[in-house]
Amino acid sequence: MSVILIDDHTEISRQALTLARKFGEPKSIAMDSFQPFAPDALATAIAQLDPTAVVGPGTERGNDVLARVAARLGLPFAANCIAAEPGDPVGVTRLRWGGSLLEEALLHSPRPIITVAPHAVSPDNGPAPAPITVDSPDYRSFVVQVSERIKPSNGGVSLAEAKVIVSGGRGVGSKDGFAIIEELAGLLGAAVGCSRAVTSAGWRPHSDQVGQTGTKVSPDVYIACGISGATQHMAGVKGAKRILAINSDPQAPLMLNADYTVTGDLKEIVPAISAEIRKRR
Amino acid sequence: MCVKRVPITGGRIVLTDDARAINTQHLGFTMSPHEECGVEEAVRLVEANKGDSVVLTLGPAEAVEQVRDAMALGVDRGILLQTDGSEWDGEATATALLEAIRSDEAANGPFDLVFFGNESADSGGFQVGIRVAYALGRPCVTGLKKVTLDGASMRCEQDVEGARDVYVVPLPAVLTVKEGLNLPRYPSVPGRMRARSKPVAVVTPARPQPRLELVRLAVPAGQGRRAESLGVGPAAAPAVVDVLQKAGVV
Repeated sequence: MSVILIDDHTEISRQALTLARKFGEPKSIAMDSFQPFAPDALATAIAQLDPTAVVGPGTERGNDVLARVAARLGLPFAANCIAAEPGDPVGVTRLRWGGSLLEEALLHSPRPIITVAPHAVSPDNGPAPAPITVDSPDYRSFVVQVSERIKPSNGGVSLAEAKVIVSGGRGVGSKDGFAIIEELAGLLGAAVGCSRAVTSAGWRPHSDQVGQTGTKVSPDVYIACGISGATQHMAGVKGAKRILAINSDPQAPLMLNADYTVTGDLKEIVPAISAEIRKRR
Repeated sequence: MCVKRVPITGGRIVLTDDARAINTQHLGFTMSPHEECGVEEAVRLVEANKGDSVVLTLGPAEAVEQVRDAMALGVDRGILLQTDGSEWDGEATATALLEAIRSDEAANGPFDLVFFGNESADSGGFQVGIRVAYALGRPCVTGLKKVTLDGASMRCEQDVEGARDVYVVPLPAVLTVKEGLNLPRYPSVPGRMRARSKPVAVVTPARPQPRLELVRLAVPAGQGRRAESLGVGPAAAPAVVDVLQKAGVV
């Protein structure tokens, strides 16, 4: 009987540990206990330990495994919490709408199962949890397991890791309109991003989409061209250090939530910025 | 394909007076984005391999709009688990969907595939598909960006940091998908017309006491960005490049 932390060996698990400690002295189980990754095998092993609480990182894998644990134990599960208070019921605050809303909720459960939203809780300086090794002799009998890992062909700058992103929205006007966005991105060594309206129109692939259902980004500079700034998009750019918005509508939500703004027609402004960069080189 | 009706929130979320829901008085509704791709995939699979598809939702009477939207894209029939519009947690939702799936399978034969969105746009619970799969005793793979039918199994691709993991699972299976799986088609006018006459079964499940009970919602404090105007039109370009130089990116 103990508090279990699912540890993926990242900062996000160390943040999760802070909330896990509220429920007792955590012991850790590695996310990659079974290799290749097999979520049902891991969840079954955790459920068999009869834990008093299970806490994990609010990543795709963390949410996946904890939902599987909750299903096995027949208990509720609160994903992406940013605060938790033990008690009967347990009080939690969690993210909704990709972080655009906070929800205060009561978790009516003798054994709380929660994940902790990334980068919302500071890691404490407490001791590392004691690791528990889990093993399942019949691991191979779990059909849901990774059978192959495909490495991407290396081309372009990855959106999630880009230091600079030049992003276009509906205001770019067309697929061909992205030529000026790509030109500026090329000059800055930046990745090209876009809003959901753009991928829905088929102008750019979904892999370029920044937002709640696209990629969450954290560049030093995010240049948003012709993007209104719906909550769907803003959920993806919260991690940007600086946001520069270019839009013909000075009241667009993104213009009100940026660090710097330029008002006007992006089709004139973006090429002028590219020309100015060339001039200074 | 299981879908959820959610508001189109636009630029700013306004809450109701009791802070227990979004004020949707001036908002339109849609199905969650991941689910649009699930509907498209279900329709494509049926087009390529024959069979039929069903859209299932739990929501208020108005959620029949999302059922019709899915049918306009080619889904054959719909099931609405009608609620009074109050919040259902992931566990309760999964239980109701499970019962509906079981009773439909008893009448019409088993589903080869049940699709869910990876998480709903609004509550983001990350669990309904997994719970249903576990109760049905079927394999579940989540967060899928590509699925390919290969005989009696599905090849499923999931994005992981800097790579893609592949799972191969036998049918029947439960798959939770993400936007980017495909580019959903726009409904045609004839498609919309046909959707009007396709059958929608309405069932009214009882709402259990939620064990993840919503107390209140809050809009998080702003990030304190204070927009500084660098000017109007192309004349602002030098000021923009000054900022980029200061940030060390030029």
